[in-house]
Amino acid sequence: MADSDGRQVDGVNHATGKIYRLKLFFNNEGKELTKEEKQRLRKEKKQHKKNKKDDKGPPEKEKEKEKASVPAPSKPATQSPAHKAAPAPVHASESAAAAEKPAKSKAELRAERRARQDSERTSKHGKKEGGQQSASSKPKATPNELQPVVKRLPEHVQVDDPAALKKLAKKLERQQVRQIHSHVPLRSDYGYKVSLFSHLHQYSRKSPPTLQISIPATVIHPSIVRLGLQYSQGIIAGSNARSVALLHTFKQVIQDYSTPPNEELSRDLVNKLSPYISFLSQCRPLSASMGNAIKYIKKEISNIPSQCKEEEAKGKLQACIDSYINEKIILASEAISKYAIEKISDGDVILVYGCSSLVNHILCKAFEKQRKFRVIVVDSRPRLEGREALRRLVKKGIRCTYVLISALSYILPEVSKVFLGAHALLANGYVMSRVGTSQIALVAKAYNVPVLVCCETYKFCERVQTDSFVSNELDDPDDLIVTRNGKSHLENWQTVKSLGLLNLVYDVTPPDFVDLVITDLGMIPCTSVPVVLRVKNVDQ
Amino acid sequence: EIHEPEEVSVWFREGSSCCQETLARNQRFTETPVNMPGADKETDLSERIESFLSELKRCGSGAGSLRGSAETARETTALLRRITAQARWGNAGELMEIIRKEGRRMTAAQPSETTVGNMIRRVLKIIREEYARSRGSSEETDQQESLHKLLTSGGSSEDNFRQHFTHLKANVIEAINELLTELEGTTDNISMQALEHIHSNEVIMTIGRSRTVEAFLKDAARKRKFHVIVAECAPFCQGHEMATSLCKEDIETTVIPDAAIFAVMSRVNKVIIGTQTVLANGGLRAVNGTHTLALAAKHHSTPLIVCAPMFKLSPQFPNEEDTFHKFVSPHEVLPFTEGEILSKVNAHCPVFDYVPPELITLFISNIGGNAPSYIYRLMSELYHPEDHEL
Repeated sequence: MADSDGRQVDGVNHATGKIYRLKLFFNNEGKELTKEEKQRLRKEKKQHKKNKKDDKGPPEKEKEKEKASVPAPSKPATQSPAHKAAPAPVHASESAAAAEKPAKSKAELRAERRARQDSERTSKHGKKEGGQQSASSKPKATPNELQPVVKRLPEHVQVDDPAALKKLAKKLERQQVRQIHSHVPLRSDYGYKVSLFSHLHQYSRKSPPTLQISIPATVIHPSIVRLGLQYSQGIIAGSNARSVALLHTFKQVIQDYSTPPNEELSRDLVNKLSPYISFLSQCRPLSASMGNAIKYIKKEISNIPSQCKEEEAKGKLQACIDSYINEKIILASEAISKYAIEKISDGDVILVYGCSSLVNHILCKAFEKQRKFRVIVVDSRPRLEGREALRRLVKKGIRCTYVLISALSYILPEVSKVFLGAHALLANGYVMSRVGTSQIALVAKAYNVPVLVCCETYKFCERVQTDSFVSNELDDPDDLIVTRNGKSHLENWQTVKSLGLLNLVYDVTPPDFVDLVITDLGMIPCTSVPVVLRVKNVDQ
Repeated sequence: EIHEPEEVSVWFREGSSCCQETLARNQRFTETPVNMPGADKETDLSERIESFLSELKRCGSGAGSLRGSAETARETTALLRRITAQARWGNAGELMEIIRKEGRRMTAAQPSETTVGNMIRRVLKIIREEYARSRGSSEETDQQESLHKLLTSGGSSEDNFRQHFTHLKANVIEAINELLTELEGTTDNISMQALEHIHSNEVIMTIGRSRTVEAFLKDAARKRKFHVIVAECAPFCQGHEMATSLCKEDIETTVIPDAAIFAVMSRVNKVIIGTQTVLANGGLRAVNGTHTLALAAKHHSTPLIVCAPMFKLSPQFPNEEDTFHKFVSPHEVLPFTEGEILSKVNAHCPVFDYVPPELITLFISNIGGNAPSYIYRLMSELYHPEDHEL
């Protein structure tokens, strides 16, 4: 059996997704479906789905397979026993060979599929990619207790696998609306990649992802195109900014959306959003906060009852998005500032790194409350985000000092506290943040300076990671080139065959370097992140 | 200190190279003791000393000096030899006084360039040794255990070096020539040890640009295949030069920004760095960013190897906080294009970092490999304790 055929597909929408999987199994046995047959099957499936009101399983199961989201643990577990129970009576019928006619009943088709899945599951057990079929790793236990142990590997860390790349290309092609053949473009990698990172994408800012989009881009909403370009050029940067921009753009998309006839808003809108999300992740890999936001929106959309009128539904969704932004980002930062201000005393020398909107907010609030402190801003090449933070703080009137990260050992003896922002907090307590944060935490630990990380709870992520290699983002390597005294040594680095430039964006800080994490739920140690995640899941 | 623009310094550099040329030409005359008229000799000598001092003063404006420390050491020693040859002195004591006087001026011109002071102390030690040999006392008695010497001192240290010996001058000059040959061979001596420390398929990390480390790695690359990661060391980004130079020898090189040092350290097998000075306690005064590198290496239990020739060993201790650091213009860090906020912000651009000896695994120098705890012993062989303060 070919390896690629057994791999889990990035679910697009449940209808075509299922058909995709079905097609793969048919290919296994060497038979092909013609295009008309495929379309007929597709329509049939849709009808069948519409009749199944009780079964909320499929949409959630598909949602779990969305590239951008962390799989929801409880739902699929309930769904699989349900599915298994249904075809049980029909199981006796022979799973004849494929070449499948709509003449076959849908139950029989489903039964065949299940049988094939089972056989494949057992044969795939020995293979390394076993973790990818989340269906194969569902526990039989009660849903809310255990979570599936192995999660599907996201696409953006499989760049070195040609089969995965081929699948991505196919998937992007397939994300078309009806018969229009424009598709989401596949962005190509740029330059020589350091061998340790050949599993990650490396794009150049000079070749934007919109080069191959045809005009008019009917598949992708224009505000999404604009957002994607803003991401890829670095105009919108910082996880809060990116999430808020994404949510506002989705509001616009929902506003412009109109349900096509014979479709339900709750199903179709999710399908519509998927090519947008693929496009955005081609522009720049999605952050953990964006992933959580997308998960939330999709859940809200699919929870819209079908009797709801379109205008009402749209209004509801927009209100949901607004309340999400308000609660999780704006009010959260107020709460965090309140806690953090308790930790700032008069006469403090506070060190911050780069530009974190949350940390800047905290410092400004503390300054307004008449605390006397001064700030040291540490910055690093090539992004030099610290200059932006410096401008904002100086505008407020705070006394600031500015150094580069190589001068850290010189400046740390003066520092009394370190405040760091985070991009995401991982379930094993590691803090994923801008590259250089772990270094600051390391040196601060050596000088016995307390390190406080400020992070909203919506950035908590269920992934685990122990080093900065397996999942990271590679920025444009040309950013490292600098011209000093009219000479830039690395100008033609592409022509030199043994030279590589590495421009990492994130790194992970081990929890023993971090003394405290300040969240909107309170001040917790780094290792309590899975507790918070569990509490959040139970709430939902 | 006025930060002089680059063009001026280039002009002076050209001036100094023709200065060196005349030096080379004149050497042919001074090697054979010819009696030139005294006044001419003196003015010529003081001119040379002045030009050397002014070059030293200019050296400190920015990143790595315009010349490497090896060159500075060689020029200092050559100048000291000239002083020995041309200055007027009757006995060893007077010579040492002259050299000490000039030495104080030279170290004051550029305090951060410690090789100047080191060479002066070496020459003073040479003079003491030659004097002792001429007097006939054997060398062994002078090299007793330093502790023993403390208890039993009185004895020899005190004849003030007033006796006149005719061949002292020639002996001293010969010894200084030996010192010069040793200086020329240091980089080769260090690179010869490269194969003992680098195995194949290693990932080696380094920071900034050190000519010693460059030669070390290039020598190993002739026989072994390995990968080098260079941290670029902002704001001067000398790592870029290092990387391009290593690539010419077909060494797989990757350039990373300073912020990524800890992130990639987990995949590094060895850290090999150069340094500006080795301090008396075994610590380093190295380019900024080295302390972070050393801490990251310690955290991952990666060995930290320092390639430093012996002329970088200095009898200073790192306890003088205010004289340890050297700063350059902060416009490297926050350029003038930032505008208004510059008046409200303090920006710092220190050049050096202190690395404590506990973080260092090994010193590789031209006399072999040593642990940091042995440095004090090496120092007692190179310098006389009375010369620690010039």
